[in-house]
Amino acid sequence: MVASTPVSGANPASFDTSWLPRLESLLAAGRGAGADLVEIFLERTDHLGVLAEQEVITNVSPSFGMGAGIRVFRGERDGFVSTNDLSAQGLLQGLDQALGMLGLMLSSGPSTGPSKGFEGLGALRDFSAVKSDWLERCPSLAEATVKLLEGTARLAQHGEHLQARRGSYSRDWQSVLVAASDGTFARDIRLHQSLGLNVLAADGDHRAGLGRRYGTSDRPDDLRDWDADAAAQDVCTSVGTMLYADYVEAGQMPAVLANRFGGVIFHEACGHLLETTQVERGTTPFADKVGESIAHQAVTAIDEGLSEGAFGSLSMDDEGMEPQRTVLIERGVLKGFLSDRAGELRTGHGRTGSGRRQSHAFAAASRMRNTFIAAGPHTPDQLIASVDKGLYCKSMGGGSVGPTGQFNFAVEEGYLIENGQLTKPVKGATLIGEAKEVMPRISMCANDLELAAGFCGSVSGSINVTVGQPHIKVESITVGGR
Amino acid sequence: MADNRLNPEALSARLQQLAQAAAIHQWDLGASCSTDTSVQVDRGEAKQMKGAQRSAITVRVWNDKGLVGITSTSDLSDAGLERALGGAHAASAFGNSEETPAFSPLATAPLVSLDQPLREPQPILTLLESLKEAERQLLDRHGAIGTVPYNGLAQRSSERLYLNSDGARRHQLLTTASIYLYARAEEAGRKPRSSGAVRMAYGTGDLDIAGCIDEAAERTIAHLDYAPIETGSYTCVFSPEAFLDLIGAFSSLFNARSVLDGVSLSQRDSLGQSMAVPFLSIRDNGLHPGNIGASLFDGEGTPTAPLELVEGGILRNFLHSEATARTFGVHPTGHAGMGAKVAVGPDWFEIGPTPGSGGGQQGLDRFSHGGPLVVIDSLSALHAGVKASQGSFSLPFDGWLVAGGVSRSIEAATVAGDIRKLLQAIVGFEGEAKVTPDGLCPYVWVEGLSITGEA
Repeated sequence: MVASTPVSGANPASFDTSWLPRLESLLAAGRGAGADLVEIFLERTDHLGVLAEQEVITNVSPSFGMGAGIRVFRGERDGFVSTNDLSAQGLLQGLDQALGMLGLMLSSGPSTGPSKGFEGLGALRDFSAVKSDWLERCPSLAEATVKLLEGTARLAQHGEHLQARRGSYSRDWQSVLVAASDGTFARDIRLHQSLGLNVLAADGDHRAGLGRRYGTSDRPDDLRDWDADAAAQDVCTSVGTMLYADYVEAGQMPAVLANRFGGVIFHEACGHLLETTQVERGTTPFADKVGESIAHQAVTAIDEGLSEGAFGSLSMDDEGMEPQRTVLIERGVLKGFLSDRAGELRTGHGRTGSGRRQSHAFAAASRMRNTFIAAGPHTPDQLIASVDKGLYCKSMGGGSVGPTGQFNFAVEEGYLIENGQLTKPVKGATLIGEAKEVMPRISMCANDLELAAGFCGSVSGSINVTVGQPHIKVESITVGGR
Repeated sequence: MADNRLNPEALSARLQQLAQAAAIHQWDLGASCSTDTSVQVDRGEAKQMKGAQRSAITVRVWNDKGLVGITSTSDLSDAGLERALGGAHAASAFGNSEETPAFSPLATAPLVSLDQPLREPQPILTLLESLKEAERQLLDRHGAIGTVPYNGLAQRSSERLYLNSDGARRHQLLTTASIYLYARAEEAGRKPRSSGAVRMAYGTGDLDIAGCIDEAAERTIAHLDYAPIETGSYTCVFSPEAFLDLIGAFSSLFNARSVLDGVSLSQRDSLGQSMAVPFLSIRDNGLHPGNIGASLFDGEGTPTAPLELVEGGILRNFLHSEATARTFGVHPTGHAGMGAKVAVGPDWFEIGPTPGSGGGQQGLDRFSHGGPLVVIDSLSALHAGVKASQGSFSLPFDGWLVAGGVSRSIEAATVAGDIRKLLQAIVGFEGEAKVTPDGLCPYVWVEGLSITGEA
């Protein structure tokens, strides 16, 4: 049954302290019903998407929303309910439903203050204080359209045989408030902006398409600072090269993976296996390997949420915890896992500020933030010079990892390495392998670490991340092709 | 049924009132709301139980210059509607004057009646017990099956609404349920193997859970005895699911929006031309009874209807929105989304031999074929491995190598090719067409595809 409506009066326009009585009432009611822990995540969003094609703005898609995610733990079990209804009644119904999943029931009377096991919320940790004007400081829609059209015009200027030119801009503003019955009470504002340029080139039977995406967090002026000309040159140079490339010949060979987005392979093939969600599922081969060598000693890998402006950086995670710098692998030895509240509860690995979710509609889970392989001592040229015959992967496309750890990644821009030199461009390559087998084969890391923005889809939805690495050499990997 | 029901009359009246106050004379609205519950289990225990109430609207307005703007929100309150309408009006200043959507001429045409029974949701703890029992049965099927790491039992009550200022009003209620079971099996000294199955129905009581367990067990066990495959060119046998996935990934071939945008391999004059072997038919038919959860209308209110895409290997029609249809001089086909630039997409494919074509080898049997044949059971990573605008694909798959009537699981491999060549290299079909969540299709034989193994 549903208890009577608790204290009302929360400000519908802002997550300020007027929400405290309503949240404390809900948390007390949840604890009073027998939950070990109750967590409430409130969210308001404001999104703008703009698409430019050739010389025309073809789509403008604003949206806004709000919602709550209510999670209740009892033992190692949890129930989660999301709703768009932030009214007192709506939240109470959500709590009631979440409790019901664990066989718990609200008492019939109102809960208006601290109850057994709930001492009230702590002082508000307000990470949003200096961010309140960020939305207003972002480029206007008019500015965004001008900048994007500059991008597509630059593509026309620098490219040849371009059949389609697209520029896209996305601005996501999110205000969140997290309250939990362990006293957690924290507020933040997040701002993510990303820009993409994509082209399709065609000349007779030759076709090539590729794109680049740039993204930052917490920088309202990001779009204004974007160098459209440099971005367009980069894309056009690559597509011009790939337009006439031959298909790569399949086989087992050494590979050198370029820096920046090359890090997507570590992210997908190894990073996900170091999230406690995978430990819980029993789907990581590394679950019991802490302290053991799982990679070549050339490899040190880190995940953190602290790099200023990086797409995966956070002031606090979606469970109200400040992010940490987590060393995952040090000189080949597994050091730890990324963990959230549920991960800590179920696996014993301490929380790392990695509890993340796409929105209120998802329960937080342990997820990566800015994940990268650390720089090594070599130059990129030394890596290439060390390969007799192999593949240079200048730009990676997307990929995936199967439930048994097998990964595959498309190579967007590739070149043959012959006698230590880059020779002809090749297309259609896919890198295939298993993290457990490939990590020991990363034998050289260069000194040119760079990060790249991306989106990661997993159990708690699609989130902003960065991937990164220096140039790395893999001694042997399966290359799929024709 | 959904707790947070939409009220079409009230929503229409309120929007009309707000539009009049803002001097907006033309608008339309798409709305949806749903109530979901789902459970996941892990070795006999509840892993997660979830519930969700969702609502969303998209408002589209035409300004006094005829340009279109939209805004979407999850806030269905009066304040939310007013802000959405204002946002859409502001966005319309940036509308595309070169291509402006209009109301679909079919937004008030009669809808077909589908047999879509509305089922009452079951209590979440009942779902939990059902899934725990399903997991237990699957674990009991083989000693090597240690976990079912990906599993879920879910039910949804939902409704969709389309309204416009000319009086169109579409409303659909729906309930659906689904179960998926993906098992992980491992034998000593061997690599872990994984496979699974999915079932959908109108309610949890209708789900073929036993069939899902059987299929998941059969598929997983069948992959336990594996071997690497030599890299080379093979004749491949695509499962119905795999072939439908591949055609779906290249559906821009049939998409008028993609054609107009220059990102399809097809062009305006491709209609009437050969694009496949002369015995292949591809039809889009969202109304097929096997399409659980079929939409009665698209984002513009156009009724869902069957559409012949390929007949006898000839490209016959494109999928259209109102705007693309107007450009091509045809009627909208019921495949539109809603937006300032309206996306177009397929519903549900029916693939098979063209009736009366007499071509192709029908009744093929992999076990009476000398081989070697590569059976592609399921494809992965289509989002990364398919270059739809270029025609190429390179995709990892789970499958079997069949030689001399003996089938053995392939350890790990990718299949690569070009969709245009693949459609011309279809040899024939094996078995009866099978209903899957994405469409209807038999096994499809294709010759000359590149397989890369790890041998």
